[in-house]
Amino acid sequence: METLAPASIDELCDMIARAASSGEKLDIRGGGSKAAIGWPDRAAAILDMTGFSGILDYDPAELVITLGAGTRLSEVSKLLAEHGQELAFDPFDYAAVLDGPVEQSTIGGVVAAGVCGPRAISRGRPRDHVLGFEAVSGRAEQFQAGGKVVKNVTGYDLPKLLAGSWGRLAALTSLTLRTVPRPEFACSLGCKGLAPGKALDAQARAMTSSAGVSAAAHMPAGSLGDEAMTMLRLDGFEIGVRSRLEDLRRLLAEFGDWQPVDNASENGFWSDIRSAKPLSQSPLLWRAVLPPSSAQALAQELERHGASWFADWAGSLFWIGLDHPDIDIRAVLQPLGGHATLIRAPVSIRAHTPALTLPERGLAQLNDRVRKGFDPHGVFEAGRFMDIHNAN
Amino acid sequence: MTPKLPPPKENILARRAEIVSALRKIVPGEGVVDNEHELRAFESDGLTAYRQLPMVAVLPETTAQVSEIMAWCSSEGVRVVPRGAGTSLSGGALPLADAVLLCMTKFDRILDINYCDRIAVVQPGVTNLGVTDAVKGDGFYYAPDPSSQIACTIGGNVAENSGGVHCLKYGLTTNNVLGLELVLTSGEILRIGGSTMDTPGLDLLGVIVGSEGMLGVVTEVTVRLLPSPAAAKALLIGFATIEGAGQCVADIIAAGIIPAGMEMMDRLAIQAAEDFVNVGYPRDAEALLLVEVDGTEIECRYLAERIEALSKSNGATTIRSSQSDQERMNFWAGRKAAFPAVGRLAPDYYCMDGTIPRRQLPHVLRRISAMSQEYGLAVANVFHAGDGNLHPLILYDANKDGQLELAETFGAEILKLCVEVGGVLTGEHGVGVEKRDLMPVMFSEDDMRHQQRLKCSFDPDMLLNPGKVFPQLHRCAELGRMHIHKGKVPFPDLPRF
Repeated sequence: METLAPASIDELCDMIARAASSGEKLDIRGGGSKAAIGWPDRAAAILDMTGFSGILDYDPAELVITLGAGTRLSEVSKLLAEHGQELAFDPFDYAAVLDGPVEQSTIGGVVAAGVCGPRAISRGRPRDHVLGFEAVSGRAEQFQAGGKVVKNVTGYDLPKLLAGSWGRLAALTSLTLRTVPRPEFACSLGCKGLAPGKALDAQARAMTSSAGVSAAAHMPAGSLGDEAMTMLRLDGFEIGVRSRLEDLRRLLAEFGDWQPVDNASENGFWSDIRSAKPLSQSPLLWRAVLPPSSAQALAQELERHGASWFADWAGSLFWIGLDHPDIDIRAVLQPLGGHATLIRAPVSIRAHTPALTLPERGLAQLNDRVRKGFDPHGVFEAGRFMDIHNAN
Repeated sequence: MTPKLPPPKENILARRAEIVSALRKIVPGEGVVDNEHELRAFESDGLTAYRQLPMVAVLPETTAQVSEIMAWCSSEGVRVVPRGAGTSLSGGALPLADAVLLCMTKFDRILDINYCDRIAVVQPGVTNLGVTDAVKGDGFYYAPDPSSQIACTIGGNVAENSGGVHCLKYGLTTNNVLGLELVLTSGEILRIGGSTMDTPGLDLLGVIVGSEGMLGVVTEVTVRLLPSPAAAKALLIGFATIEGAGQCVADIIAAGIIPAGMEMMDRLAIQAAEDFVNVGYPRDAEALLLVEVDGTEIECRYLAERIEALSKSNGATTIRSSQSDQERMNFWAGRKAAFPAVGRLAPDYYCMDGTIPRRQLPHVLRRISAMSQEYGLAVANVFHAGDGNLHPLILYDANKDGQLELAETFGAEILKLCVEVGGVLTGEHGVGVEKRDLMPVMFSEDDMRHQQRLKCSFDPDMLLNPGKVFPQLHRCAELGRMHIHKGKVPFPDLPRF
């Protein structure tokens, strides 16, 4: 398939205008780490956005960074770390789990796909940290929205709409993101051997306490390891973290023996959870989001079917690995108030299973109208999400 | 002077009696207000300089009624302006002469509280403080806390994406709302978002929050509840110079501390607040910082000590650290009452709301002070210092010829200055009618058209709250046209939106 690599906004506008007039489709791509998500047979030219890379403005004291959407995530993380800062939403590179190109993931791709990790539960998702952007819509028009300051209600909040839109509204060329100070100290409390029900209860108790838990995950026993591990993370200033850790330990004593985990195992655990590494060999990988109150029911259902899984976001996010497509994950989740994204699957399954859960009809129609406002000719609709006809 | 509103449609005005009677069929009893005397109560919102009597006001009690009202108005081409408690400071709920004013205050019930999912499902007419009051006994609260929280409604907060003094750490309304029930102009009822962090489809929730009542009418809101912190401590710090206070804010942030709240007041605001509440604000200070930290007792003590040290190194002249919750509340009392306190200094005041990069604070304050001399109108400054959100309060007397217009021009100059230094027109009060005509200072025609097309997908006939936010009313058909890109690529035969 042809690859178009615009080097300037003008070139990008021209390419989109040509596609709109010829009926050609464009598949917007950053580093290509998530290219394997969605319908495999896309007849579209690749619109390579990596030409829009580089830091445009970064004053650490303002806790704001403006950068090209094609800038690599690894480069952003490194720069922020040098100034004792980070992106609050805990982003990661999908390459490992999707066998994509390593360390090529771009910030534009991270934002467009709403990629976030364990600490998003306490600190928000990309949509909560995108302050502004510049982009070219399917109308081949350059436009911008939002601003470069942390507090802004001027005009509609299009940055939130673009975050998580999977490149279906506009090609992002630059982004302004909020940064946060890197916590001075982080420590996790771990408890081994808890059954899923008890682990989820303990997490619910922790999240409703004033301990300020920043991440909470549970790795069940069985297919993923010999022993179950439940982990709660606290971060902040050391003296504060230590005091909250003790409070939390007392609060959760009835559930089991909670011990502070040494740094290396802790980092390994959270890094695994963040990028779904324990399920990286499962032929099918689903990412399910549901209300915490439904987590027990889902865990039971998954155990009954012998699926491999682990839970993040205190039971609100499940990563589910299957050997065969014999469980209809969406049918299981629907009555639980949840939905799921198909992250990895063989081509034969992706050809007929939409990657994203489709909204119900009225909402799907509204989604469609919103998309057509930005992209009336469907330049960015290469069929990846298999829903273009759903709304009609 | 009330800004230019969309001209009333004569054919609609002529049908007023028929419209009133159609609304009475949908909302029986006292729910339809049509006499001038009672309508006066609705003629303006918190921006009282602007007034307009609505054609009729309706106070529905159920989602079904809202849906019927919207469907009927839509089929008859009647405009609708939604309204919560009417505390908007930007004229977001300013009525139109030919529009139905849809008052949502009877939607005042809390429907569900679920601590396991850490959410509350409330009707939009519940007050902001009402949510926290309902859950505080169980150790929870709802984070956004605009100063009007005793009166303003959750529905209005959703429309305006309201903030408050704690949004530096805990976010604005948009970061604390998970789901909505929304009625479109067509009468269609949709559920947007839900009770989880992400839901299928585009993040429409993200654009509906803060859309100033122009995309749909909110009939139910699912908000996120947070566990109350174990302890909180406030510091009251006086400085001899604005620069010292500004640098102290920068140093606190640079130290990696994100306080729960960080507010600044200038000399005039300090004195007005102290005269009003008498809680011991330092009258001799040029700038006052109020910083709140929360967490465990130990953590609060530690953070307070670090902030004290940073204050001293920036030349603080007074430092007081709250020793009890009562004292902490006293520290805040002056700040929370700053607007009414300043209101006693002059017959009228005009509250501005720009945001700037923090580093620009001393420069912007110097410029505002120079403008104040030039316009001959005094200014008291109150800011959310942590996030660079300024609230200059321009003092004037509406009874003196030309002073309101002078205050408006001065205010517009301040907002243009905010944009010039890299900031924005409004941090939390909304564009409304007030800042509508300044939108081109920040956005190009193409920028605004992309926003307006979003409105078209919700409200194709532009019947919901027209005349707000955008300086020009475009018809959706016109917005849908594709422009010819640099004269090169016309699309004569493709189907159009």
